Amino acid sequence: MRILVIAQEKDGAFRKSSREAVTVSKKLGAQTDVFIAGTGAAAKEASAYGADTIYLFKTSEYDAEMQSRLIAAKVNEGGYKAVFFAHDWYGRDISARVAALLDTVVLSDATQISVDGDRVAITRPVYSGKAKVQLKSKGPVAVVSLRSNSFTIEESTGKGEIVEIFGDGMEPKAKIVEFTPVVTKRVSLADADRVVTGGRGIKEAANYKLIEDLADILGAAAGATRAVVDAGWADHALQVGQTGQTVAPNLYMAIGVSGAIQHLAGMSSSKIIVAVNKDPEAPIFGVATYGIVGDLFEVIPPLSEELKKMLG
Amino acid sequence: MNIFVLIKQVPDTEARIRVSGGSIVHDGIKWIISPYDEIALEEALRIKQKSGATVTVVSVGPADATSAIRTAYAMGADKGIHVVHSEYAMLDSLSIAKAIEAVVRAEDVQLILAGRQGSDSDNGQVPLMLATRLGIGLIPFAVELTVGDDSVRVLSEAEGGRAVYQATLPAVITANAGLNEPRYPNLKGIMEAKKKAIDTRNFSELVPSWESMVEVVAYGDADARPKGKILEGETAADKARALVQALHEEAKVI
Ligand SMILES: Cc1cc2nc3c(=O)[nH]c(=O)nc-3n(C[C@H](O)[C@H](O)[C@H](O)COP(=O)(O)OP(=O)(O)OC[C@H]3O[C@@H](n4cnc5c(N)ncnc54)[C@H](O)[C@@H]3O)c2cc1C
Repeated sequence: MRILVIAQEKDGAFRKSSREAVTVSKKLGAQTDVFIAGTGAAAKEASAYGADTIYLFKTSEYDAEMQSRLIAAKVNEGGYKAVFFAHDWYGRDISARVAALLDTVVLSDATQISVDGDRVAITRPVYSGKAKVQLKSKGPVAVVSLRSNSFTIEESTGKGEIVEIFGDGMEPKAKIVEFTPVVTKRVSLADADRVVTGGRGIKEAANYKLIEDLADILGAAAGATRAVVDAGWADHALQVGQTGQTVAPNLYMAIGVSGAIQHLAGMSSSKIIVAVNKDPEAPIFGVATYGIVGDLFEVIPPLSEELKKMLG
Repeated sequence: MNIFVLIKQVPDTEARIRVSGGSIVHDGIKWIISPYDEIALEEALRIKQKSGATVTVVSVGPADATSAIRTAYAMGADKGIHVVHSEYAMLDSLSIAKAIEAVVRAEDVQLILAGRQGSDSDNGQVPLMLATRLGIGLIPFAVELTVGDDSVRVLSEAEGGRAVYQATLPAVITANAGLNEPRYPNLKGIMEAKKKAIDTRNFSELVPSWESMVEVVAYGDADARPKGKILEGETAADKARALVQALHEEAKVI
């Protein structure tokens, strides 16, 4: 079986979700090739996770239409049985286009995956994580997107060959004419191993700094609930939940977060969940591994001190 | 301008989801327009108010799934097309995109708006597939939209920042949270919506032959999380210390 992993370059490195996808593919025993668009800086890293051939599309522009065509063409030409994406911004923007070009669907947001003969079977959460469903691919090729942080990364030894591929020269129908990066020294929610989220319990905009400072001690991404975003205390890009980002880090700290179902939808598959809330009845305690019932303004200062001691 | 809005009828996001015999139990669920689709509809209605437009909502669903279209009427949509399939649960995103494609191809549509994903399956595939099949531009995750006579300029949430997209019409745009705050229908709208006709289409006439590309093996209850513990202590500092110790020694995440 041959699998094509659609990888991503992030700040010049082979993105974490891409390492996960390559690991999953190798574990399924597949010959694993990689498609990656970008400067090329990350392409070499792909072989360290066992990629066989790395198709590099060198580009400084993001054209989803062209990338989708290039990927679909590669899949057809290479006889791949499956195509793996990460279920993140890029995966959401590209995978369904690729599937449409291949006349199939995306089995999206997989948290478990297996292969049964020629067919790919996945399990994924649905209805904001209130239920799950098992799906099986039909047809010659399965397009799958994997939930980030749901699969363990393993390094492997390999010497993948990098093969450069080229654009088809077509102009996109929808074109990006301007891009403004969000400048942050923190890791992005999508890549984070640890996330510290502030909820309405922080009371005012200025207190979001408490969350950021705690995140910095942990080397974590800072997150926010919708209530905090709606109040204008944090940027929408930081919202975790059904209408924000889905995260599943190893450590998720929810500070002053009630744990509304729409928020849980975005974080309840995190490995360890910590909740700090003064209301012992808050639903967040229902998913928390460790809970502190208390006032966050009293808990954060000693917690920061203890963490600093621990982490040096 | 003709604007089409894709709306999906989904369980209320607060609804309890029960699974029985590998299927979702539909009894007792309150059905709503998927929240992102509601944002897409609101945007269409705002364009209509500003510069005049006909707003048509399209919903693919089972025969009884008309309440989303009624709500859309109550909010101000002009026309509603209900594509009916008796075994709606069997349809996959591609076949739904194909049905909508058939509807759109028969009309003169300049703008297609949809939510970035449905709140039930969180797939977000149909708008992308539709645009790809129609060979027109798709702009994802819109947070601000400026529509001209034959083009559209959209500010979108993108990977690592914000992107401004430009596309000629027709185009498909998916709505992100933050694009607008959807209106509540007023009583007059609700009353009028009840009397308004719905244009019902038969799925199998729009897509005569199709085959699902996915087999739904079974639904199941969400995996239960292991039971957690509340850290005790005299003072907040004691609790904080207990937490750091647990994270280090027991959970081994720091
Ligand atoms: C369609 C839809 C989509 C949505 N999508 C999202 C989403 O993506 N993400 C999201 O987060 N929400 C989402 N929501 C909103 C969601 O329903 C909740 O309103 C929101 O998550 C609440 O945020 P919160 O926990 O910060 O605020 P609240 O619910 O107000 O909770 C604040 C908590 O802080 C605690 N608290 C207060 N003061 C202190 C203190 N001093 N110390 C400790 N604890 C304190 C309180 O006990 C309370 O539990 C969505 C809602 C809808 C209808």
